[in-house]
Amino acid sequence: MAETQTQALWWASESFWRKMAIWVTAGSFVVLIFLTFDTVKQITAGGKRVPAYSVINHRVDYVFDEERNFQVPVIGPEEPLFGKKLTEDEAEALVSKGKLTTQAKNCMGCHTLLGNGSYYAPDLTKSWLDPSWGSKEVREQSMVEFLMDPTDKLHNAIGRRMPNLGITEAEARATVAFLKWMSAIDTNGFPTNFQPIDQADAAPEVAVEAAPAVEVAAPVQQ
Amino acid sequence: MAALGVLDSANLNGGQKLAVKYFAVSVALFGAQVLFGLLAGLQYLNPEFLFGILDFSVNRMVHVNAMVVWLLFGFIGSVYWLLEDESGVPVVGLGFGNLIFWIFTLAVVVVVLVYLLVQVGPGEKSSIWLINEGREYIEAPRWADIGIVVCVLGFFYNVAATFMKGKITGIGGVLLFDLIALAGLYLAGMWFTPNISMDQHWWWWVIHLWVEATWEVLVGCLMAYGLIKTMGVRRKIVETWLYIEVALMFGSGILGLGHHYFWIGTPEYWFTIGGFFSALEPIPLVAMVVHALFDAGHHKLKSNNNPALGWIIGQAFGNFFGAGVWGFMHTLPQINLYTHGTQWTASHGHLAFFGAYVTMVIAFFYIAVQKWRGNVWMSGNLVGAWKWKWAMFLLWAGMITMTMALLIAGYEQSQIERAIGGSDWMAYFAAQAHRWFTQAMVWRQVGGWMFALGFVLLVWDLMTIGKRETRSTYVIEPEMAKAAV
Ligand code: HEC
Ligand code: HEM
Ligand code: HEM
Ligand SMILES: [Fe+2]
Repeated sequence: MAETQTQALWWASESFWRKMAIWVTAGSFVVLIFLTFDTVKQITAGGKRVPAYSVINHRVDYVFDEERNFQVPVIGPEEPLFGKKLTEDEAEALVSKGKLTTQAKNCMGCHTLLGNGSYYAPDLTKSWLDPSWGSKEVREQSMVEFLMDPTDKLHNAIGRRMPNLGITEAEARATVAFLKWMSAIDTNGFPTNFQPIDQADAAPEVAVEAAPAVEVAAPVQQ
Repeated sequence: MAALGVLDSANLNGGQKLAVKYFAVSVALFGAQVLFGLLAGLQYLNPEFLFGILDFSVNRMVHVNAMVVWLLFGFIGSVYWLLEDESGVPVVGLGFGNLIFWIFTLAVVVVVLVYLLVQVGPGEKSSIWLINEGREYIEAPRWADIGIVVCVLGFFYNVAATFMKGKITGIGGVLLFDLIALAGLYLAGMWFTPNISMDQHWWWWVIHLWVEATWEVLVGCLMAYGLIKTMGVRRKIVETWLYIEVALMFGSGILGLGHHYFWIGTPEYWFTIGGFFSALEPIPLVAMVVHALFDAGHHKLKSNNNPALGWIIGQAFGNFFGAGVWGFMHTLPQINLYTHGTQWTASHGHLAFFGAYVTMVIAFFYIAVQKWRGNVWMSGNLVGAWKWKWAMFLLWAGMITMTMALLIAGYEQSQIERAIGGSDWMAYFAAQAHRWFTQAMVWRQVGGWMFALGFVLLVWDLMTIGKRETRSTYVIEPEMAKAAV
């Protein structure tokens, strides 16, 4: 046709860019597929990054790692959730129930999990390790009670309460299991500078209590 | 033919008659989005507002779901709008297309009613099948997911069969290819796993590969058609640009997916891959600005549909700033570590969705009403032009006000909650209670009201623009090869 003038410039020609579009798309997609195989393998529960569900039988901590230069989850001594050691299958069933609860109640409609979701309430990635639960001895029970009836347990000055979502005790316990398991995922150091609840043994009375002030956050890293 | 300036479906071809139905539902859901956004925003100012009745999670879910659905309806409508023009033949299965439209609309209504009335369910599989899946943007319960896939496949069949029967233009070819990807990706978000890392890994396939790949290319097609229609830009030029955009967008956007794989348990190599490729994503968006402005300037901004052209140029800029600039600013892992999941993200989310997608769908609304009223005059000296201009101004001003307010809130959170406080419960509320944050929430609401006013004006304008207009629009002459540079 009458397009000779533009066709002379190969880099401005339609057919050149059509081919480019196809090749670039196909190429990127193939690379993505390869990476996806590897990633899925690495994030399957039971691996190094995403622990087996039975990790809830153990203490979970979040400690600065010199080599990787950020905080990483550390799996500690045996410390079964609600004092009951579970088999791998039982643990998976419990965490699964907890995850279903978070979906059915749409926790992500207010909270972020692993930093994704909504911004109306605190991130739950490390909620299991949050110092505001008081002490490690009362934590499990406090969490269950909070989830079942949060409306009269206000923890902030701006009056933003969590509503009652009709969570049963079984659901609350399962949700706590899910939260504990989630805190053991290796998130490449997110959230950064998080000061976990004191979980050291021995010392029987370590009153962590009373709203820990934000300013005290000592720089553990950098 | 009906009289000029009267809404009459005799002015439309078959596909377009179906398109305007999609557009009508689309506008209604846009209204729902704005309403529930305002409610959610008010809860930031007064947490007791509707507490226990319509909780924040419910309002927000309706807000973002209405957005996804009204934009999809707008896209489907736009595709039906251009289908007969592009392919040169009538839509193959129009009756079937209508049936799907009604099923789809009914399903959406049921889903929203269940969101509002049932809200939450017990922690069992039945809840995610029947009530909601609790996964941002794609909360729709599983039965609806399946329905959506079926409807989209039906739509795809109609588009594909029509193009195949007629001719497959460059725009048509890209569109077909893109729609397959768009529908296929939805499947990645449709299964349950207790593993939250795995869950979010696939969830991002849907969200990211939609908005930063397939939806971008879809609006690229719409932009191409829009430029041909409103200004008579030569097809060869727009189609070449379309291929360039596809190459750049998919080339950066597909692997750019990695910018969501920094913190969810996925391996460390995504820092490099995600950071690098997503940093390239603004390039196609620059290309789109250059393209749209070049064409508009080349045609001396002479168009047969000024409101549509205004929104198309707005799209080029909005896409560039909202997605390109705002996206780039938090896409590197060193920065994202602090901004991840703060109001920073919401700032970007708002400007990007509005700039890239809302604008384009509104442009198509204007293209549609013009023809629906018998190709009325919509260029200079349009009767009542103040309405479209003010609607456009208020929507943009409202959106920019919200975006800026959220940006300030996001910076404050990154600093106080994240960097200093270490992101725990108390640090979160220290940041939420800070004056810079609370003030920003007030300004977001002010922006929200401006936006809502703009929306009302937009609806009024769409219902009245060109009414009783006596001039007919001029025919756009397809530009000759020689005139192009
Ligand atoms: C309507 C919004 C909303 C929904 C839905 C919601 N929450 Fe909350 N949640 C809040 C608010 C607000 C707070 C802060 C309460 C306070 O400070 O007193 C909170 C606090 C919490 C905390 C303590 C915060 C921390 O950092 O450890 C946990 C744990 C929690 N929610 C878990 C959940 C779970 C699990 C779900 C889903 C089953 C859920 N929430 C659903 C609003 C919500
Ligand atoms: C039109 C195109 C785009 C739209 C509609 C869009 C929209 C969004 C939305 C809504 C979110 C929040 C998701 C959530 O709820 O968690 C988000 C996140 C994000 N976007 Fe975009 N985006 C677009 C393009 C881009 C581009 C081009 C970039 C980078 C250059 C980018 C970078 C990011 C990043 C890094 C996040 C993660 C934020 C976080 O860590 O919380 N986006 N985007
Ligand atoms: C009346 C105007 C609006 C108001 C008051 C409003 C308000 C809100 C609020 C309060 C949230 C929840 C944020 C959070 O979790 O803290 C939200 C989320 C969101 N809104 Fe809007 N909104 C409005 C209009 C829009 C428009 C026009 C769009 C785009 C087309 C939009 C897109 C979004 C998106 C994508 C999110 C999720 C963001 C994320 O997760 O990062 N909103 N909006
Ligand atoms: Fe993305």
